Amino acid sequence: MSDPSASATAGGEQGKWAIEIAALNKWYGDFHVLRDINLTVVRGERIVICGPSGGGKSTMLRCINRLEDWQGGRVIVAGKELTDDPKQILAVRRDVGMVFQQFNLFPHLTVLENCTLAPIWVRHMPKKDAEELAMRYLRRVKIPEQAAKYPALLSGGQQQRVAIARALCMSPHIMLFDEPTSALDPEMVKEVLDTMVELAGDGITMLVVTHEMGFARQVADRIIFMADGQIVEINEPKAFFEHPQHERTRLFLQQILH
Amino acid sequence: MAVADRIYLREAPASALPAPVASTGLLGWLRTNLFSSPGNIALTVICVALSIWIIPPLLRFFIFDAVWSGADREACLPTAQVPEPGACWAFVRVWSSYFVYGFYPVSERWRVDLFFILLAFGIAWLAWLGAPRRDIGALYFFIALPIMSYALLSGVPLLGLPEVPTSLWGGILVTIVVATVGIVGSLPLGILLALGRRSAMPAVRLLSVTFIEFVRGVPLITVLFMASVMLPLFVPERLAPDKLLRALIGVALFASAYMAEVVRGGLVSIPRGQYEAAGALGLSFWRMMALVILPQALRVTLPNIVNTFIGLFKDTTLVFIVGIFDFLRTIEAARGDPHWATPVTSVTGYSFAAVFYFICCYGMSRYARNVETRLARAHRR
Repeated sequence: MSDPSASATAGGEQGKWAIEIAALNKWYGDFHVLRDINLTVVRGERIVICGPSGGGKSTMLRCINRLEDWQGGRVIVAGKELTDDPKQILAVRRDVGMVFQQFNLFPHLTVLENCTLAPIWVRHMPKKDAEELAMRYLRRVKIPEQAAKYPALLSGGQQQRVAIARALCMSPHIMLFDEPTSALDPEMVKEVLDTMVELAGDGITMLVVTHEMGFARQVADRIIFMADGQIVEINEPKAFFEHPQHERTRLFLQQILH
Repeated sequence: MAVADRIYLREAPASALPAPVASTGLLGWLRTNLFSSPGNIALTVICVALSIWIIPPLLRFFIFDAVWSGADREACLPTAQVPEPGACWAFVRVWSSYFVYGFYPVSERWRVDLFFILLAFGIAWLAWLGAPRRDIGALYFFIALPIMSYALLSGVPLLGLPEVPTSLWGGILVTIVVATVGIVGSLPLGILLALGRRSAMPAVRLLSVTFIEFVRGVPLITVLFMASVMLPLFVPERLAPDKLLRALIGVALFASAYMAEVVRGGLVSIPRGQYEAAGALGLSFWRMMALVILPQALRVTLPNIVNTFIGLFKDTTLVFIVGIFDFLRTIEAARGDPHWATPVTSVTGYSFAAVFYFICCYGMSRYARNVETRLARAHRR
């Protein structure tokens, strides 16, 4: 599915960087949650972000589509700088898909309607085309047979896969995953991770906040370790797990890999 | 403890047995619901006794001993044969067209009938969830119907419909017009106010809060007085809008303040994740509200919205205070008719009014219950 509006806004020459974060600082009241974050992500790169909870991982991720605002620094996504301008924010959000820890499906809409809502109302796609597109992605996440059901009737794993399909229906260039498996029962983690691994083979830019170190090892191009609102270490998976450079990283890895 | 007591392995599956007879069927139901304990038995006996005490006299008064036909008060007066006559329905029958139309000219009353039919059609279209093309139904109800109704009831001399001043309108016609305008006007206005109250823009928030708190802080009668007595003081008499229109605006504004608080309760109950998910998909504020947030919020608040509607429907009786002849006022006027002066005239008139209001309000309540259960079944959360 080639989407004319998407390619027009992104342009062939949006620059080499999918995401550029420069000197990002954010406070919740007096609490300094993000401290001088600098990060550039190349198009097609798959990044896993890990670290202790409260370290600012999710907050940083949520700055990329401006679900959070900030007090200092710049975030540029696909050549568009995120400012207070709502038009600019909506333009970025159209091209950035997000998957949440709590799925956040719309409970009053069926699975299919969840997937077609944004293509119809944001991309102005005819309903029939949107439904075809949605069915294609639902088949991809392996639940086309649930299309007519309401989300509440699905298991957690199925709901999360619908959420992934819903995000993909907007043909995003970048996908953000905010702890996609943390709210799932253990036996459902695998089906969601498998979907994400398959997606990673597509060349879509992915940023994943997760504690699934197996997934990180298998899929990530780079792993970012965050603690206390700072990026402590960025490394390639092999080096990250075998020769972590920073003391904090070593300590963290010791605690989660027994 | 022996090893055999600590370790267990089922050898044969336990098959399902039928439930004991005493716990199912009519007998079981009676036993568990009406006669389960001494307290429950006492309550059952008291309720049965109360019903026996209250219901038969009511039936006797309103049905068996009631007078159904007659030309004037003679029919309903106590006589030697009937020392205690029942309700005087003959009075209601004779006055019924006044109760429905007020002083609306007799030759033009077909317009009111047509209005009732058009309105009933619109309500049925919207209320029946499985109806075809409900989007057109909404357009009909919210745009076409108000225009047609205004033309019909008020008159358009150009189209051969003579003008009927609202001072001649009365009875059920006025009650229905006031209630419908109040209900239809207050919902969108209330939604806007609720959104305004939660707005990120302080000026919008301040305006909404001021309006809501001010209107909620004064009685409806005050609002009606303001609309009908104070307004002409500021606007020259010939520019001042019609008396009924002023009351309509007053009622709609008053109801919208209550509606705003009801809707706000629904908005608060929607988890933040819904806003974030809708935002992350690139939906603009109004689309997010219209497609994701409000459908859920209104569903949650449906019982409260209907509750407000029911309150509003009964509050319409207050418009009599600014000289508008609503249904209750027409009964009030008719019961003073010397031709029908009997001991039971007032009781009958008021009972008739009670039945009318009860049917309307209970209808709304039942409908809301139905919709609620249907939605609950469809989208179990």
